[in-house]
Amino acid sequence: MIKSLPIIEQESPARAAVGFDEKLARHNLELRAASVDVLQVNVGKLCNQACKHCHVDASPKRTEIMSVETAEQILATVRRFKIPTLDITGGAPELNASFRRLVSESRAAGTRVIVRHNLTVMFEPGQADLPEFFRDNRVEVVSSLPYFLQAQTDAQRGQGVFDKSIEALRRLNSVGYGTEDGLVLNLVYNPTGAFLPAAQTALEADFKREMKTRYDVLFNNLFTITNMPIKRFLGYLRRSGNEERYMQKLLDAFNPATVENLMCRNLISVDWTGKLYDCDFNQMLDLSVEENMPQIIAEFNPEKLNDRRIVTGAHCFGCTAGGGSSCGGAVADYSSFHLDVTS
Amino acid sequence: MHYYNEEDLTRFGEIGKARPDLFEKFMAWYQACQEDGALSKREKALIGLAVSVVVQCPYCIDAYTQSSLENGSNIEQMTEAMHLASAIRGGASLIHGIQSHNAHDKISM
Ligand code: SF4
Ligand code: SF4
Repeated sequence: MIKSLPIIEQESPARAAVGFDEKLARHNLELRAASVDVLQVNVGKLCNQACKHCHVDASPKRTEIMSVETAEQILATVRRFKIPTLDITGGAPELNASFRRLVSESRAAGTRVIVRHNLTVMFEPGQADLPEFFRDNRVEVVSSLPYFLQAQTDAQRGQGVFDKSIEALRRLNSVGYGTEDGLVLNLVYNPTGAFLPAAQTALEADFKREMKTRYDVLFNNLFTITNMPIKRFLGYLRRSGNEERYMQKLLDAFNPATVENLMCRNLISVDWTGKLYDCDFNQMLDLSVEENMPQIIAEFNPEKLNDRRIVTGAHCFGCTAGGGSSCGGAVADYSSFHLDVTS
Repeated sequence: MHYYNEEDLTRFGEIGKARPDLFEKFMAWYQACQEDGALSKREKALIGLAVSVVVQCPYCIDAYTQSSLENGSNIEQMTEAMHLASAIRGGASLIHGIQSHNAHDKISM
């Protein structure tokens, strides 16, 4: 466990030379939702780790955590609207008392369940049976591993995280994750600094080869995710004098082909109090869904939410750079990406 | 005032103010060299980095450090590429010592 935490001041948002909506308009594009296929629930900021790039500012000291009542409202929504996919995140969502009920009841309702699992939480008290719990519920596990080497991973996620993560991956493999049909284990790569991720397919091949030969670990897919210029990563950009250059890099790499598949077009994000947002990043910036829309989970209504205008900011350039970025990794083929010169 | 300014990297296109036809030809060639081909983009970025260090261009070193990282290389791999290029540079100097030996032998009894 870490001894001290970065102090997050109420910071001003990231700035880009051009507004995001203006940039879209220059390409005759507009960002509107298409459907609500995914309910992404952030059950709170409590986490056993305190990673340097964490956009949630999660840590072991955070106390914001979803109540049983709100978790029940989520379940009622999942059942009533037959939500296709429930995506549970945090913090470390496993530390929430309602976590296992959210998973098993949603599965019983026929919903696909994805858990953003940080691997090391498996070694916290009472969590040792997580691999078996995930397997029994056919949960899709998505886990961050910034790199296949210790130095880069520990630099971002904390001392000792890499070794624990490898051990956790081996345990997941041993119950069938990444090796058996239907037990999906996906890894998430994000750059360990102020640069963009490599092309997803090329990096996935590297990760698969290195993880197998170095550690005998198997997994299904690698998602490459761009570091979003918000919260702790924005703080790092500012302290290291990289903000302007990084924002310009995102802007220069704007790829209009990513817009159609941006994750906010198909999901609604819910915070630990039950408030609704267009995505987890907007949630962290307190940018709730458009004013005239349902604002809390108790008012959830897909018909109203389906065609809503997405609330955007300069941070959205993190989702449209290069191959794009979402919770499911890149959203456009790199071959469709050419440097944008219209900025 | 430095002779090298970081911001000048983004001003490269200004070279094309004079004889834009030549600059366009250079850019087309330069960009075509970066694409995936028989060598991957990642291999090309590492070659670019190694050459940048040897020709000691601060702009290229900056650019190819970033592009090596953005193509999935790590600092160990980048450092190996730089060592190899530097070793070749050292060897290329040292082998010219043979010229000196030849010259020495020619005028020595
Ligand atoms: S494990 Fe995830 S939620 Fe926890 S601090 Fe790291 S990035 Fe944040
Ligand atoms: S940050 Fe959120 S709202 Fe903005 S483009 Fe990305 S997913 Fe959409």
